[in-house]
Amino acid sequence: MSTHDDGSGAHLRVRRYSGSARINHWIVAISFVLLLLSGLSLFHPSLFWLSTMFGGGATVRWLHPWIGVVLVIAFLGLFLRFFAQNLPERTDWIWLARIRYVLKGNDEYLPEIGKYNAGQKFVFWSQSVLVAVLFITGLGLWEPGLAYVEGLFGFKATITQLRMAALIHAGAAVLAITIWIVHVYAAIWVRGTISAMTRGFVTGGWGWRHHRKWLRKEVGEGEVERPRVTPAE
Amino acid sequence: MFPAIPNPTTEKSAARFGDKDLMRRSASTVTPPAKRQTEVAKLIDVSKCIGCKACQTACLEWNQLKEEVGVNVGVYDNPHDLTPNSWTLMRYTEYENPESGNLEWLIRKDGCMHCEDPGCLKACPSPGAIVQYSNGIVDFVKENCIGCGYCVKGCPFNIPRISRADHKAYKCTLCSDRVAVGQGPACQKACPTQAIVFGTKDEMKTWAAKRIADLKSRGFDKAGLYDPPGVQGTHVMYVLHHADTPQLYAGLPENPRISPIVEAWKGVGKYAGLALIGLTAAAGVIHHLLQGPNRVTPEDEENAEKLAEGGKS
Repeated sequence: MSTHDDGSGAHLRVRRYSGSARINHWIVAISFVLLLLSGLSLFHPSLFWLSTMFGGGATVRWLHPWIGVVLVIAFLGLFLRFFAQNLPERTDWIWLARIRYVLKGNDEYLPEIGKYNAGQKFVFWSQSVLVAVLFITGLGLWEPGLAYVEGLFGFKATITQLRMAALIHAGAAVLAITIWIVHVYAAIWVRGTISAMTRGFVTGGWGWRHHRKWLRKEVGEGEVERPRVTPAE
Repeated sequence: MFPAIPNPTTEKSAARFGDKDLMRRSASTVTPPAKRQTEVAKLIDVSKCIGCKACQTACLEWNQLKEEVGVNVGVYDNPHDLTPNSWTLMRYTEYENPESGNLEWLIRKDGCMHCEDPGCLKACPSPGAIVQYSNGIVDFVKENCIGCGYCVKGCPFNIPRISRADHKAYKCTLCSDRVAVGQGPACQKACPTQAIVFGTKDEMKTWAAKRIADLKSRGFDKAGLYDPPGVQGTHVMYVLHHADTPQLYAGLPENPRISPIVEAWKGVGKYAGLALIGLTAAAGVIHHLLQGPNRVTPEDEENAEKLAEGGKS
């Protein structure tokens, strides 16, 4: 049994994310959670108490859109960093066809995967679309932001458009939260994953098990660290 | 003449309605009072309005509001739209009646209709920011308002306005403070032609029927009462000479109702959304319980070591 599957021990360490990628990710993650909490407080009356965390409903009203702006900018950074590695490829369809084995954790029945599997790519692309949708529809719920954009482009949103914006914003937010739960769960369920985003490394075994094609490439490029363990240990 | 409401005495009197009479409270569940108060209503007889704007002035005066000096763009509407300070507005329409060939000046006093089914209240996310009393008055409670503007989206009549100064929503209160001591709204008090009258909703309907009969006798055979059923009736009603085409009166909606988009957003959407989020989280927990963690095995680590060795050599 492996007690060192968090990337800290004697196993081979493979670099997965640079420092700047991790900082970028955590800006998105923190702003997402803040948006989730503040957004849900206005979504359902039973969750209005969440607004007290931000200093009340009136603060949520102006703060939520600005956190949204932070997320959009930071997410754009993630998008540009990762989109090339998230382009669909043939093995994605095989992976999806064998989703049964994915859920059972039988990675040996799955094709060799590059940096991201089809599930991760789904999270990437769906969140990219949802962030864009949430930003555009969010403008319809943000009076000063809307006034600015209307002035910029010389139009006036109709009441029907604003009502649709509110409905779509809520729907897209629910989907984004749902996919976020899948994302967080996958990171917890697949042990050894979280160190990729905390310290930037995973173990060689993690790469071998889940992203073998990527591991081969990293090994080929010498992006691995030798175990620091001495023979005496 | 409609009998005028007598002036109040100088004696201090208790408010005739209050929190115990709440029928609805935004983002909250309230038990409606067992016995409803008599419904009140304001009746605006468009055919009697002379467009003097005394009602607008009285509204500003009573509610201690001040409107900014605006710009004349060649129409009588002043200001050009409802604002956070102007809770009522005379909207002027010049209408050439194709049947009679007459030029008709249609002047409608716009403002909150105090719907029986209030879209603003149903859209409001802040507990107690919008309340509905059992006498029919829909009121905004400033201390609880967060200025999100959902009421603007919920309103079928485009009435609430958000103040840029204090970020609160404002609209006509039906002078709830005056009604509470047995007075009519300030606009009604100021109207020189009794185009605006105030009383119980039944009284207003009876009075409106008389006015409509009179209008019909004068050739306005489409005259009628505007008390739209789509919002289960309103506590501000109009007598219109052309009740078959309310849009003539500066776009008064023909069949107002809470938009289905708003109903979906604030109705089924809330529950479906929370259910989907809850089910996804539950699916994660169940999957982990049944499946256990997906761990890297020592063999995986060994294979990786071998791969790295091979790669080095």
